[in-house]
Amino acid sequence: MSDKAFKTLLWFAASIILIITGGMLYSLTSGAIPAFKQFGFFEFLSSSEWNPTEGSEKYGALAFIIGTIITSILGILFCLPFSLPVALFIGEYFKGKKIASLLGTIVDLLAGIPSIVYGLWGFYALRPIIMSLGLSPQGFGILTASPVLGIMIIPYAASLSAEFIRMVPNDLKEGAYSMGATRAEVIQHIILPISGSGIFSSYILALGRALGETMAVTMLIGNANGIPNSIFDTGNTMASIIANQFGEAYGLKLSSLIAVGLLLFLITAIINFIGKLIIKRNNL
Amino acid sequence: MNTFTYRKIKNASLYVLVCLFAGLTAVPLFAILGQVLIKGWRQLIVSDFFVKSTPTTLDALIALRSGEIIPGGIANGIVGTILMVLMATFIAIPIGIFAGIYLAEYKTSKYASIIRFLTDLLQGVPSIVVGVVAFIWVVIPLKSYSALAGSAALTVMMLPLIIRSTEETMKMIPNTMKEAGLALGTSYPIVILRVMLPSAFGGIFTGVLLAVSRVIGETAPLMLTALGSTMIQWDVTRPNSAVSLLIWEFYNDPNLQSLVWSASLFLLIFVLTLNIIAKQIAKKWRIQ
Amino acid sequence: MENTIKENILTLKDVCISYTPGQNAVNMVTADIQKGLITSIMGPSGCGKSTLLRAINRMHELYPGITITGDIKLNNKDILKMNAIEVRRMAGMVFQRPNPFPTLSIYDNVIAGYTLNGIKKTKDEKDEIVENSLKNVALWDEVKDVLQKKGTFLSGGQQQRLCIARALALKPDILLMDEPTSALDPIATNRIEELLVELKKEVTIVIVTHNMSQAARISDYSMFMYLGDLIEYDTTKKMFTNPQDKRTEEYLTGKFG
Repeated sequence: MSDKAFKTLLWFAASIILIITGGMLYSLTSGAIPAFKQFGFFEFLSSSEWNPTEGSEKYGALAFIIGTIITSILGILFCLPFSLPVALFIGEYFKGKKIASLLGTIVDLLAGIPSIVYGLWGFYALRPIIMSLGLSPQGFGILTASPVLGIMIIPYAASLSAEFIRMVPNDLKEGAYSMGATRAEVIQHIILPISGSGIFSSYILALGRALGETMAVTMLIGNANGIPNSIFDTGNTMASIIANQFGEAYGLKLSSLIAVGLLLFLITAIINFIGKLIIKRNNL
Repeated sequence: MNTFTYRKIKNASLYVLVCLFAGLTAVPLFAILGQVLIKGWRQLIVSDFFVKSTPTTLDALIALRSGEIIPGGIANGIVGTILMVLMATFIAIPIGIFAGIYLAEYKTSKYASIIRFLTDLLQGVPSIVVGVVAFIWVVIPLKSYSALAGSAALTVMMLPLIIRSTEETMKMIPNTMKEAGLALGTSYPIVILRVMLPSAFGGIFTGVLLAVSRVIGETAPLMLTALGSTMIQWDVTRPNSAVSLLIWEFYNDPNLQSLVWSASLFLLIFVLTLNIIAKQIAKKWRIQ
Repeated sequence: MENTIKENILTLKDVCISYTPGQNAVNMVTADIQKGLITSIMGPSGCGKSTLLRAINRMHELYPGITITGDIKLNNKDILKMNAIEVRRMAGMVFQRPNPFPTLSIYDNVIAGYTLNGIKKTKDEKDEIVENSLKNVALWDEVKDVLQKKGTFLSGGQQQRLCIARALALKPDILLMDEPTSALDPIATNRIEELLVELKKEVTIVIVTHNMSQAARISDYSMFMYLGDLIEYDTTKKMFTNPQDKRTEEYLTGKFG
């Protein structure tokens, strides 16, 4: 094979990525256009009606956008008290030790568990607890879905944060120790401020994960199409409404679901972009 | 003196809290493993489980009434998963490796940085959205749900992982290796394919294993593309089942719920083993 | 040396090489290099000595934006007009750091020039090439029982000799060495130097070095380059005892570099 043919082959393989992402955006947009045309783009975003009755069909994404944001942010809040200690454990306290790599493996395995198995576990282990606490009669809802979501994103938030914590230069830490600082003070005044924006970016990326998580959320959130009144309420996320209703959808409803998919695609792309941008500015 | 004691207490409590909460993170893993294992092992050791297809709800009900183990198994799901994952892997490996080589070879080119950016973007696309797109691209033109559509979705999900792991490992190989090959009068394609690529094998293989383990448990995109099948289906243009899809079915069918755990156990064992093997290879690779 | 007939194997005429337009890293170098001898190129870092050496087997082409003008003739053939692959088979190269192919065995490393280029050889021919090449670099006795082990299993000095054997296996007309001992310890360095003096019978050697005493020990002719210019080129003896240019003298006496 000539150099030129080989280089063309490499170029072509790389270009497939361009074709896939470009094609994705194109197909989602053209699939969504009927819905946008019928209801208007901004009306689709700002309406929370989801009415499939023939004749008076009307679809809007607001309820699912709100559901997604509440569930994901709550998920991050549940994730935080575990992932931050994990990051400190691996990146600082037991840096390079066997026990740190053991915890690293456990956290990695957590990332390996399929979403649907998390959903099952939430259904059989967590839902009864929510019910017995009287938080929700059926045990479904945002409060059931988000802790499971929180656990699911621990690996993503923790491993990247640990990387940033590990990278804090030793001489800075030694400087603080030499002045009599305790480890807690070194963490508080040196490590966290320096790795702060890096850690922040890892939570942004974890948020990107949470926004699109489908199966576990679908199984636990209760699948109600209105705007949730509180975190104890049932709801739907953008991903879960697609998973639930795509099967029997056609026509305007299909187009509306594709439109929800397009919005989800754009939101996660923007969130991931912001996260990567912050990381780049921190040179990792 | 007083502040000194306070500082010491603060230091000790942070240490304890970090260890405690870091340790608590292990709880869900073992809770899930434990629950799936306890509820699922009984069905898994029945030989039918791997060779028979899903039972009907009625058969299951009859077995349940008489207190027997539910007949049937997940053979249809295993076949579907294997078919779809294999097809996706075979498509994603060459494209992913060549694209990864491109990114490693043209580090500074503008086009490569665009492709790198899009690869990252693709990796972040939620799996359900990938499913929607595969539905538009394959299910609609073929006018049928199919294993082909499922594997298209899985291919898209695997590509970014393979590309980035290829790129990263190729970049780690010292440039002198390439120069040594070229200095022997070897052509560029041969140097890349027979000198550089074998040196990067470990890293790329790890990437492929992780990509497989990522998609093997995927459910959402398959719901929109492969749909499901109650019998073993070898025809890739027809709707097909998958282990993950069966879990979803069993979960929704009260009579089949005892199968849910064994199917989950099977899937978990598979995914976690793949993960551990991949990490082991990656570790070995880094030392060399 | 005085009695031998001079035969030039490599001629450089007005060679200019630049990384950025208008700035020559190698500036108008003209020199004839004689067959069967060791010629060393010395000079402080950044003087263009490696750039010049790498141009002789067209390695500069790996990096975009490098332009080269002038004539480089190897065995009276203009290498800049030849196919790069042919040039590289005629001019073997050994690098600063030993770089045996990590996935190949010692045996396969030596024969790599053939297998990678798709040149078919019988098992006996291959065995012979491997044995001769390894004997040439005095490595045969050390590795003959472990030929199937990976090349990276050897020590640094052994690896570098393996790389020399790999280059020699293709029977090049000239062997280009880019500071081949800079990553080795003194004992391994010494062995390589002895080896090079032996190898003169087989192949012409051009060696880039920033180690002056190494140049003095092993080379017949020496070049001194400074800021891209070839300042002085003469027999090593003459250059070290009676340098003509002030800059050469300053370099050799350690005033800079």
